[in-house]
Amino acid sequence: MTFELAATVPSRGLDVRLDVAEGRTLALLGPNGAGKSTALGLAAGTLRPHDGEITLDGRTLAAARDGRRTTWVAPHRRRVALLAQDPMLFGHLTVRENIAFGPRAQGATRREAAARADRWLAAIDLTDLADRRPATLSGGQAQRVAIARALAAAPRLLLLDEPMAALDVDITPALRQRLQHLLAEQTTVLATHDVLDALLLADEVAVVDGGRVVERGPTAEVLSRPRSAFAASIAGLNLLSGTWTSDGVATAGGEVVHGHGAPDVVLGTAMTAVCRPAAVAVHLTAPHGSPRNTFRATVRSLTPHGDLVRVRTDRLAADVTPGSVAELGLAPGREVWLAVKAAEVDVYPV
Amino acid sequence: MTPTSERASAARAARDPAEVPAGLPRWAYAPAVVGGLFVVVPLIAMGTRVDWSNYGALVTSESARAALALSLQTAAASTLLCLVLGIPMALVLARGRFPGQGLLRSLVLVPLVLPPVVGGVALLSTFGRRGLLGESMEVLGLQIAFSTTAVVLAQSFVALPFLVVSLEGALRTAGERYDVVAASLGASPTTVLRRVTLPLVWPGLLSGTVLAFARALGEFGATITFAGSLQGVTRTLPLEVYLQRETDPDAAVALSLLLVAVAVVVIAATHRRGAGGAVR
Repeated sequence: MTFELAATVPSRGLDVRLDVAEGRTLALLGPNGAGKSTALGLAAGTLRPHDGEITLDGRTLAAARDGRRTTWVAPHRRRVALLAQDPMLFGHLTVRENIAFGPRAQGATRREAAARADRWLAAIDLTDLADRRPATLSGGQAQRVAIARALAAAPRLLLLDEPMAALDVDITPALRQRLQHLLAEQTTVLATHDVLDALLLADEVAVVDGGRVVERGPTAEVLSRPRSAFAASIAGLNLLSGTWTSDGVATAGGEVVHGHGAPDVVLGTAMTAVCRPAAVAVHLTAPHGSPRNTFRATVRSLTPHGDLVRVRTDRLAADVTPGSVAELGLAPGREVWLAVKAAEVDVYPV
Repeated sequence: MTPTSERASAARAARDPAEVPAGLPRWAYAPAVVGGLFVVVPLIAMGTRVDWSNYGALVTSESARAALALSLQTAAASTLLCLVLGIPMALVLARGRFPGQGLLRSLVLVPLVLPPVVGGVALLSTFGRRGLLGESMEVLGLQIAFSTTAVVLAQSFVALPFLVVSLEGALRTAGERYDVVAASLGASPTTVLRRVTLPLVWPGLLSGTVLAFARALGEFGATITFAGSLQGVTRTLPLEVYLQRETDPDAAVALSLLLVAVAVVVIAATHRRGAGGAVR
């Protein structure tokens, strides 16, 4: 492993264990305040671990035992670059000088640094803006420059802290694609609460909640078969946990959720049933026919979700058309029946 | 000036005419105008008292020229000393984390609230012949009290808090986020200070420097107590003005106007240059 972090910070309620292999990207996925930024701070050297060790390329960056520091490498000697939500460009320097900052600080001559900056400017298609001041750039341009500046410092590890969060939604797809390209060979830890960032940029995902890694694995696997409630909610998936019985997953509420396929597990195994909101149908009366899972539920909220409306209830979320919302007269507080075909439900052991 | 900074300063100066001012009660205008007059009228009044026909002769007398030269030299030296000591002090106060920081911050402000004469007495007790440090310095052949060095020390003593306070405020406002980013790009703390932090707080540093220079230039109480009033050695322009007021009021007014002119020139020069240095 190129980067390994196993540390606790009791003052921030953090206790995590992470690792990233050479050239890979790990997404830390979690809600605000989950501890993602704290984990990045440990890697960058803005925070000290209370206990644990952080290593990069076999070199210990920081180590502590019970609050006593045993090893500490200053942030500027770590070769860990940080890209935050805001571009944080140096306003008194031109775009080229901003990108050349890292090489210059690391001892490159003025000419070398400028040449390296120009290569990065070409890579982000902003050669025309080389001599401009950051204040004259658009938000998306500024963030591209910030990415180039971070990469021009040739970091062994790149930390991205919600790199897309401060940008207009119209330009995030383009920037995400560019990042995807630029990060191909770069060892990266990406903190985000956006499932799309994780899906498109990360090889692996670690779901962080309450200061702990609650789930981790290859991105596609975590997002399609989430085990933690948070991963499920951000992946837009419904999650029901219970134990395996002969004909399905028995939830704590006494219902049995039927899924497709028969997992090879013994009776009583802890199980999770997952379904997409689009697979959930909403009815005003109990539906009949075909093998279905039905749930009595109360509507909590209605929010637009693409062309559909996401109906959140006290049980599952359902995506329905605006027409159905009007037809059924859905509104918060309304009692409804939710139905899901067994074929739409995945069940797997936790 | 670059186009950017021009636009930035234009945006700061010109208000959108469509904007309605908020948080401004109408009655505030009356006392505000009185306050403005209170500052401006005495300056104009002084101007009316100037004996313009002899102005040249009055301000180029030997004693006046000596006082002006000494004032500019000592104020410049004091400002330099304030920068050398004050920048690290502001950094330590704004960025450091150590016990007693709050107490230290209050102590730094003491010269600001202390009557300058008391500051002079304090300096005399330290560097005077029988002072705390003065005695051992005398053994080494150093005599500070009543020398030009004493003038610089007196001016620095009263001017230092102005620089420290305004720079510390600017550092706190700027925050540490840019410094963190710069360090993550591989810049050592000293490089970060030179290439990022100081440019970022440049307006604050500049205004602090101007305030410190102006305060040093106008220093009177601590100087006369600690350094005395010896022509060409410790008699700065304010001391000269005070002295002439007894014997030659016309000369005192003329010299006062000279001090005002120096102050205006310094402020105007820094104001123009400062507008371009702001960092977004």
